[in-house]
Amino acid sequence: MKEEEQNNILNEVTQSDYKFGFVTDIDMEMAPKGLNEDIIRFISKKKNEPDFMLEYRLRAYRKWLTMQEPDWAHLNIPPIDYQDIIYYAAPKKKKELSSLDEVDPELLDTFNKLGISLEEQKLLSGVAVDAVFDSVSVKTTFSETLEKYGIIFCSFSEAVQNHPDLVKKYVGSVVPYGDNYFAALNSAVFSDGSFCYIPKGVRCPVELSTYFRINTAGTGQFERTLIVADEGSYVSYLEGCTAPQRDENQLHAAVVEIVALKDAEVKYSTVQNWYPGDKNGKGGIFNFVTKRGMCKGSHSKISWTQVETGSAVTWKYPGCILLGDNSIGEFYSVAVTNNHQQADTGSKMIHLGKNTKSTIISKGISSGFSNNSYRGLVKISKRAENSRNYSQCDSLLLGDKCGAHTFPYINTANRSSIVEHEATTSKISEDQLFYCQQRGIDTENAIGLIVNGYAKEVLKQLPMEFAVEAQKLLSISLEGSVG
Amino acid sequence: MLKIKNLHVSINGKEILQGLNLKVNKGEVHAIMGPNGTGKSTLANIIAGKPGYHVDKGEIIYKGRNLFEMPPEERAQEGVFLGFQYPVEIPGVSMTNFMRTAINEHRKYKGLDPMSAGEFLKLMKEKQQLVEIHSKLTNRSVNEGFSGGEKKKNEIFQMAMLEPELAILDETDSGLDIDALKIVANGVNKLKTKDNATIVITHYQRLLDYIVPDFVHILFDGKIVKSGGKELALILEEKGYEWIKDESPN
Repeated sequence: MKEEEQNNILNEVTQSDYKFGFVTDIDMEMAPKGLNEDIIRFISKKKNEPDFMLEYRLRAYRKWLTMQEPDWAHLNIPPIDYQDIIYYAAPKKKKELSSLDEVDPELLDTFNKLGISLEEQKLLSGVAVDAVFDSVSVKTTFSETLEKYGIIFCSFSEAVQNHPDLVKKYVGSVVPYGDNYFAALNSAVFSDGSFCYIPKGVRCPVELSTYFRINTAGTGQFERTLIVADEGSYVSYLEGCTAPQRDENQLHAAVVEIVALKDAEVKYSTVQNWYPGDKNGKGGIFNFVTKRGMCKGSHSKISWTQVETGSAVTWKYPGCILLGDNSIGEFYSVAVTNNHQQADTGSKMIHLGKNTKSTIISKGISSGFSNNSYRGLVKISKRAENSRNYSQCDSLLLGDKCGAHTFPYINTANRSSIVEHEATTSKISEDQLFYCQQRGIDTENAIGLIVNGYAKEVLKQLPMEFAVEAQKLLSISLEGSVG
Repeated sequence: MLKIKNLHVSINGKEILQGLNLKVNKGEVHAIMGPNGTGKSTLANIIAGKPGYHVDKGEIIYKGRNLFEMPPEERAQEGVFLGFQYPVEIPGVSMTNFMRTAINEHRKYKGLDPMSAGEFLKLMKEKQQLVEIHSKLTNRSVNEGFSGGEKKKNEIFQMAMLEPELAILDETDSGLDIDALKIVANGVNKLKTKDNATIVITHYQRLLDYIVPDFVHILFDGKIVKSGGKELALILEEKGYEWIKDESPN
């Protein structure tokens, strides 16, 4: 991290409103409100899906009808009316796009406001971007470069059309449609998302990134991401998101599945900055996400890194199933909650193979009236001999009206494995603040500095350009948190 | 530069400073000595603006301004520097980043552009040499895992970087071996100019073998009970603080 950038970030802390709160006015094609089998058929038909996909959706829907919303999380969620949600919205397609010039100027402008101009991305950073604007992917860049390596990186809908065999083989293989209430809902109505396949022995030369956006009022967003890393391949995947400011709650229930075959490695990084609601807790995104990776082959590795600053409610436990012998799972997380935000997040590491290793580093930062919980499961099966887990859960409190909670679950079924769990809770001390002030750094900047230092262990896991964004978000998210 | 008039300060209802007067001019080095618990650190903290103290009476005028109307960071930007007795650790924040942020805040206050990375690194190197601090220290997190001596040297390094007009060194000599003491004192001497002033708070005469003060004040029961030249420190060393108690009018 360049010091210069760090300082620029700190300087930007002065902005006080949710920075990315604006609404783009674009014609939408919408499904009527509500959910039933007809709506699912409508979505599937709109997307011109093969039968297996429709079947999958319907099975998931029928399962969902028999399920209950989970209530075990340390969250206070108002009742959600699933019939009051629009399950499909797509920008009206005018014609096929062959260059950026043809993209709706207003849409490009939105991306510019967010600082993720496709052109800039394309020209400067060498990052291939699959921009998901509401439900339909608008533009995929760098596909030619990726094609050369045989890498498939496209929207989920395109994958269903062009690579149905791969989709059929892997969709639901890590997160079955009946896994949980929100995964079932997603499996029934998922709109679009990203698909990525890295062939055998290929090291993906660029960081793959997707920017998710939520834009239409009252539209639930149900992203579906599937990443398959074939034997001996490597990919680093970035996901970042912001949403326009809204008064009513917006539901988001995404599913991300990762499959790593023998000797493959997948690094998945997220910066999540959805609208958290205003200072009084009004509005904001409800974020119920199921993210899971399967280390299917031996010596495979999946690493999750997340920086969570947004959403009114976050319910998210990225995890790994360590099936292959000697496979490795990692989870690095910074979760910030301010005002009335609630987060119940953590990781699940399921050790099935021998000599499997997992690491969990979780850093929670709570401020205002918020509640921040770590919930983690480490399960070591009988067969997973000589497995190891190390978990570290730190909580940092700002102020005295917020809460930090830790719920670790450990389940070990053999004697040769070692599980370690460490947890700390601390406050930013007045002495630290005064020390910074005495050097001429005001309180707000001092907090930004101290918090970024606290989260450094996680931030350093992020790719460079993401780390910069993440630092910015940490500082912005904690604005006004000390009176 | 600094004028303290009839200052009364209490903490949690307990009166610590009881009518303190002090005047410091440009180019002067003042030593404040006294036994434990007489208010030496309180004086340092109140000038720097540490929260938790209550000013019951009196005033501090710094460069013609009422110091109590300035928040701590503004006092720092106006040139007040406190060398802490117990410097705090800030995990994960590199010394380089910390200093860069501080320097640029000072520059912003003066209406200057932030310093470029190149300029900054050059300045760091220069100042490190001046105070003989190993560059490895500045690559680590602020004070984290530093020994007592390293922390104190680091304070002097920061002082060198920020070039204060009024530096207050709160028991900077405590916990130092003789070599470290020399380095610290040497740094202070090198940083001395005709435009800045230093207040050295200390327990022992030892430091004053290396930093030669223009004035020595003895603080006792929240008041300066005796002031004099550097020879006062020697008398004190010889006779001990008991002597002051006997001399003291109460």
